[in-house]
Amino acid sequence: MADKPPFDEMYNPDGSVREPYRALAQWLEEQPDKALTLMQSDAEAIFRKLGITFAVYGSEEGTEKVIPFDVIPRIIAAQEWRRLSKGIEQRVKALNAFLYDIYHRQEILKAGRVPEKLILQNSAFAPEMMGLEPAKGVYAHIIGVDIVRVGPDEFYVLEDNLRTPSGVSYMLEDREAMMMLAPDLFQRSKVAPVENYPENLRRTLESVAPAGAGSSPNIVVLTPGIYNSAYFEHSFLADQMGATLCEGPDLFVDGGKVYMRTTMGPERVDVIYRRIDDDYIDPLTFRSDSMLGVPGLFNAYRAGNVTLVNAPGTGIADDKAVYTYVPEIIEFYLGEKALLQNVPTYNCTDDDQRNWVLENIADLVVKEVHGSGGYGMMVGPTSTKAMHAEFKKKIEARPDNYIVQPTLALSTCPTYVNAGIAPRHVDLRPYVLVGDEVRITPGGLTRVALKKGSLVVNSSQGGGTKDTWVLED
Amino acid sequence: MSMLGRTAQNLFWLSRYVERAENMARLLEVGYRMSLTSRREGGSSEHLISMMKAAEVDEDFAKKDKPADVDTVANFMMFDPTNPSSVYSCLQAARTNARSVRTAITSDMWESINSAWLEFSQIKPRDVRGAKLLGLLEWVKHTSHQFRGALLGTILRDDGYAFLQAGNFIERADNTARILDMKYYVLLPRAKMVGGDLDIQQWTLILRAASAHRSYRHVYHDRYKAHNIADFLILRPEMPRSLISCARFVEQQVDTLADFYGKKQDCNNSAGKLRAMVESTTMDSIFANGLHEFLTEFMARNNRVSDSLSESYNFY
Repeated sequence: MADKPPFDEMYNPDGSVREPYRALAQWLEEQPDKALTLMQSDAEAIFRKLGITFAVYGSEEGTEKVIPFDVIPRIIAAQEWRRLSKGIEQRVKALNAFLYDIYHRQEILKAGRVPEKLILQNSAFAPEMMGLEPAKGVYAHIIGVDIVRVGPDEFYVLEDNLRTPSGVSYMLEDREAMMMLAPDLFQRSKVAPVENYPENLRRTLESVAPAGAGSSPNIVVLTPGIYNSAYFEHSFLADQMGATLCEGPDLFVDGGKVYMRTTMGPERVDVIYRRIDDDYIDPLTFRSDSMLGVPGLFNAYRAGNVTLVNAPGTGIADDKAVYTYVPEIIEFYLGEKALLQNVPTYNCTDDDQRNWVLENIADLVVKEVHGSGGYGMMVGPTSTKAMHAEFKKKIEARPDNYIVQPTLALSTCPTYVNAGIAPRHVDLRPYVLVGDEVRITPGGLTRVALKKGSLVVNSSQGGGTKDTWVLED
Repeated sequence: MSMLGRTAQNLFWLSRYVERAENMARLLEVGYRMSLTSRREGGSSEHLISMMKAAEVDEDFAKKDKPADVDTVANFMMFDPTNPSSVYSCLQAARTNARSVRTAITSDMWESINSAWLEFSQIKPRDVRGAKLLGLLEWVKHTSHQFRGALLGTILRDDGYAFLQAGNFIERADNTARILDMKYYVLLPRAKMVGGDLDIQQWTLILRAASAHRSYRHVYHDRYKAHNIADFLILRPEMPRSLISCARFVEQQVDTLADFYGKKQDCNNSAGKLRAMVESTTMDSIFANGLHEFLTEFMARNNRVSDSLSESYNFY
């Protein structure tokens, strides 16, 4: 797989420009020397001034960084997007059905379609959620599905992020910046808008408010605080939705109801879009050492007095080991074939598969089941022999803690780098909202690996972002 | 829907810190100029120490065990992170507060404080010695003006605005009182000099610190006189940094809050008392009973307004 040149999103193998990129290619040609360099530095200045930063844990100097932004947009044709969004919608519906089932009758386990042990002994499974009825039956309201492309018609889902997917603020700010920097390019293309995401988020959150909340429920965004890496996003979303941005100490529970401490005393809260992990939301129910959460919150939730978004325990559906069963899950609940493919994944608890993996580790990607953000993973072809040996040992010691996949030849997109314009690998995270209906924003966040040849696009590992254009017919 | 008590607190302190940064720069400017122009009066360090006394940072400075010369004092007042009132600490605190309440301030306000902080944190203390110091002090004042301009020009006139403005003017009242009080620390050991050239020169610098040396002429059409200068900075409602205009404005803001929330609280009472204190006195009685004593009492009452505001609106 690694020998074939990666799929170039802009150029056909014969050097001609692919249809969706025609306007962009022409525009790039017309740009005078240095224009892109200037745009690039303007973009950097805009992002820094706006304070669109993320915190880098453990870095001493300047703990806030601006994510590199690339001025060349990534473009997706209308029909390509239709396919993708159908596949995404199918996936999130099935995953929500799966969550409902897992926390109720567990039919899928009884039918033996997903191994019981994998679910019931998984640390992401929350027994506290058993039998609970979330509003509209929705567990995962806000989802970011990571998708990679390896060919004209080949898309793979890498991961379903159902817990607290981040990055949507970059999708929105990238669009803002791009409109400021290259308005003339927009005039030549018909780009689907992403700007109504915050409005749709608000509608989604309102639609899952508890029954007693009335017509305009009180919505808050719960953040761990200004030192969290995604704090910018939390404040941005609260701002755009007109919701109150709260930290744990701003909320309290009394008589099974949640209140916020306002200038005029306690005020009832109906919906909490929480950006704090399950383990930390309620020290009485989960980790007792957490200072971030709200004591008693879970009981208020169980009593149906407040909606938590996303629901606790959704992590069981985006567990990397459960991921391999998603096609099964789709068939089981929807009776349909999965429209988007999974990446083939090896199961290391199986002796034959493990032996094969250990022999071929230099060509494979190894991921820790509970790792995220590019931590705890190894990309075989770009790692040292010592790393290969280290991960072999790790897999032998705890085969159930790792999933292994072939190295995918991620598609590339022309990207502005020091040497000029060069192809760099990209992935895509579209954002999905599930409430009374499923709402998918056309586009998403394109992450780009800025280092030549690198396949790691995570911002924590030096990746950047691009504005993502879905063209309209 | 009312705002979080924490948000109100952050807004209040955000503008207090910006105002304080400005006033630390003003105080330092006076101390610095005094130390340049009146060397015969016992060397420069005395004025700088007086200035730090007025700012109530003299004890922290003494702990540093360093001679009080222009460089060490300027460094302490501008850049020292262990000095909670240094320009550095104020701008950093203001930015942290602003970050915590990004949803309650406008992007113009955020961008103004964010870029001020980014710019300031790039400056190396050793690059602003001597003549460059005054330039940096100007910059601090401009930063504060710019933030206030963004505030006045863009924010909704709701409770958030009142908390911001109350914080701004409570801080300003405190600072004007401190700038005036500096005169007490400078002159106290040499009461016989009252009315002399040096005395007047020092009063002039005090006016200057309040950016009031030109507007003084418009009000008094007279030479600089101690009595007038004190009157200008305490009792003249036309003077935007005077104690009386600050106290009146603060009272207005807490009354606005009471209207907004439909309820009078303790802070309305304490703000009323503060205003009454300056309205019911005269310069003659202030001088008769002691300027320093008056200012000390004023600052204590001003603090009480701040405390009762925190209690009334559930700051935490």
